[in-house]
Amino acid sequence: MLLISCPNCGPRDETEFHYGGQAHVAYPENPNQLNDREWAEYLFYRDNTKGTFAERWVHSTGCRQWFNILRDTVSYDIKAVYPMGALRPDTTPAAPEGAAK
Amino acid sequence: MAETAAPKTSRVTNLSLRTSPAALLKEAFEAGSLRGTVELSEITFLTMVGIRVGRDTEAGQRIASVTGGLPATCGAVSGTGDTSVLWLGPEEFLVVAPMEAHESLGGDLIQALREALADGEGQVVDLSANRTTFELAGPRSRAVLEKGCSLDLHPREFKAGTALSTEIGNIPVVLWKTGDESYRIFPRASFAEFLGRWLLDAMREYASPEVP
Repeated sequence: MLLISCPNCGPRDETEFHYGGQAHVAYPENPNQLNDREWAEYLFYRDNTKGTFAERWVHSTGCRQWFNILRDTVSYDIKAVYPMGALRPDTTPAAPEGAAK
Repeated sequence: MAETAAPKTSRVTNLSLRTSPAALLKEAFEAGSLRGTVELSEITFLTMVGIRVGRDTEAGQRIASVTGGLPATCGAVSGTGDTSVLWLGPEEFLVVAPMEAHESLGGDLIQALREALADGEGQVVDLSANRTTFELAGPRSRAVLEKGCSLDLHPREFKAGTALSTEIGNIPVVLWKTGDESYRIFPRASFAEFLGRWLLDAMREYASPEVP
């Protein structure tokens, strides 16, 4: 079980939260001009990152607020918790493979 | 044509017909409570009002003047007299007041909150029927809750006068510590019977002598 630090409520069990998928998927600027493939890619196609992944969570049993998490999909280590709308924090200094980026 | 008008009965008659969500467990709660160890009861028909408003807005300040403040942080409870305001979210609060504060009994709390909100951004909703209230009290009440709640309930962390929304026995509830050894639990009405039976089961071991 993950222990997730809600920005409002502090550390709580994973069962109090719901997952919201990949973060920072921008809504298309002109959705009417997309063809079916581009629209399908916006709706359904998501990264399948091995390593640090930005994702959305909602504290559904607690404060019912959304927030973003940077989570390592291999180790499940939560590297950052940051508010909706904020830019993805840079974690490269902490990551040993930062030079490869 | 079908008769659609409400039957002309007095207010008293109507209220006597009310059934609280855990009414069928009343005898079980009495039989399962252990005097001086852990006691469980249902407090029926408390007035509850859901409020969504920003604390810093003008409407929020008007509502705060009716309720005696709006809590600022997770767990905080504010209020005056017998009206309490529980923090549910950064802009979401639950007002808990005695049954008599409800407009069906002549109270004016909800109307006063509606007037305080006026046309400000937010909402005031009568949620009195949404949840029921269990009261768990006694020296063993923390041990009972710890069987199904993953919060740190040690008095060092969870102090009297704080309220947190969490899960007990996998049921989403608001848990309000009203005293050093007393808790109020607010489950939604449809979960009340399950949670009541779950708590009775968790209390049962304290009826027998402790195994050395």
